[in-house]
Amino acid sequence: MSAPKQVATGDRAILPEGAKTIPIYVMGKRYEVPETLTIMKAMEFAGFKFLRGAGCRGGICGACPTVYRKEGDYKLYFGLACQTVVEPNMYLAQIPFYPANRAVYDIEQIEPLADAVHALYPEIFRCVACNNCSKACPMKVEVLDYISAIKQGDLARAAKLSFDCIQCGMCASRCMGELPQYHIAQLVRRLYGKYIQPGAEHLQKRVAQIESGKYDGMLAELQKMSHAELEKIYKEREREPDMVPLGTWMPKDVSHL
Amino acid sequence: MKVSYYPGCTLKTKAKHLEDSALASLAALGVEIRELPRWNCCGAVHSLADDDLIHHVAPVRDLIRAKDEGSERLVTLCSMCYNTLARANLLMRNDEVKRKTINDFMTEESDYQGEVEVEHLIPFLRDVIGWDNLRAKIKVPLTGMKIASYYGCTLVRPQNVAIEPVAGKIMNEFVEALGAEPIDFSANTLCCGSYQVLAHPDSVADVVGRIIESASRAGADALILSCPLCEYNLLKKQEELLEKQKIGRRMPVFYFSQLLAMALGLGPESYRPDMSDAASVEFLKSKNFSVESAAVQA
Repeated sequence: MSAPKQVATGDRAILPEGAKTIPIYVMGKRYEVPETLTIMKAMEFAGFKFLRGAGCRGGICGACPTVYRKEGDYKLYFGLACQTVVEPNMYLAQIPFYPANRAVYDIEQIEPLADAVHALYPEIFRCVACNNCSKACPMKVEVLDYISAIKQGDLARAAKLSFDCIQCGMCASRCMGELPQYHIAQLVRRLYGKYIQPGAEHLQKRVAQIESGKYDGMLAELQKMSHAELEKIYKEREREPDMVPLGTWMPKDVSHL
Repeated sequence: MKVSYYPGCTLKTKAKHLEDSALASLAALGVEIRELPRWNCCGAVHSLADDDLIHHVAPVRDLIRAKDEGSERLVTLCSMCYNTLARANLLMRNDEVKRKTINDFMTEESDYQGEVEVEHLIPFLRDVIGWDNLRAKIKVPLTGMKIASYYGCTLVRPQNVAIEPVAGKIMNEFVEALGAEPIDFSANTLCCGSYQVLAHPDSVADVVGRIIESASRAGADALILSCPLCEYNLLKKQEELLEKQKIGRRMPVFYFSQLLAMALGLGPESYRPDMSDAASVEFLKSKNFSVESAAVQA
């Protein structure tokens, strides 16, 4: 199986002679597309234009979930269109958005307790542990496990288990309990980040220094300087040498620390 | 023999005193049970509809987790988890057609045929440690305490998962081993009203009144149980009943494991008086047990 040597693109991709194409079915209609393309590029090759449902094209924004089946296979498959390579006789549809209940809350007003999450999303107790959510996750997040952790009151574990979630909503699309798993997980990660995870001490110290006005004078001085003066002090600045072992280097001028 | 432990969601939240006291006691008794590294809700209630298999998936998934851990036994503390897991286990063991349907649905898991034994901690204590052994390890005998053991429904119904054929023996033996006096009372298996507390709160108050009166008349100082929902109903409804003067006094209510931890001489960080209601804490004070909760983490 050889990949096409070159695909010229412009308004429309032009295949080199002899490039191999495969049939795929987008929303039921058959298209011949070059093999080795991702679903997203294959759809664009076929003439689709993404106004929604495409974002980073790097497999992290969660805008382009695809649900697909393979010929002769009862199983449903899920993937990100920008990351999943087309296969012959793939039947697919894009699900750029899935309606899911999202609770309104003021993060300052709620406590980092299971009860708070349960009160905002009581439907969490409709889970029957069917695991369709985990099976639908294009990021391989163990959705059932984090939902279970939330029911068990372990918000830290749930925050960690759901860390790779990209909010695409495929879990909710398959849930027989009608849970909006990804919104619940987002609430839990917010609670975890704000109330549970230990804060970085050095950062808090620095914020306090800035707020105390320690750097106001230095900044005002910089703002008064000419372009040439700025360039000069930038070039002459002390710089931590590359590869120096951690904690062994200190600048001569410590007035900024 | 490897034993896994299934806690249940409520034991990690509202019934932490059931878990903490039981695990500390087992450690003091030198018995190791390890919590399943992955587990989900047990399903809470066993579905009785003949064609409703989806509600058995949750408990079966937990049983598969235990099997995958290489465990022969799965110990539970919560009566409801025990009941749901044990009944799902029997279904998987005995009903070939449903077993196949459920296994086929869970293609991502190993097949399950009911290989694991589900056991409640009370019979586990009797069979693995033994009452005589337990008695020998008691440091603070609960002498003079008159304890009524409330079974509720899920430890004894239906018959095929009952922890004993006729309720009344095993929990009394447990109470006796702790040095306390077991009190028989007629309402020991009268349903507490369960989830009806939401739809029919007054009917639940009625049955709770009957349970408390029955135990009171039999001369009990306190009542023990192993179900967080029974605990909730018995405590909440007693407040109301006392206000309406339908009961004379509040009956202290404990998890059986809290008394076990106390009798084994463990501290309040194990028997968690900080999670008990005021009447139960007063009872502990009157029996000279520390109710200091400074060292306890909520």
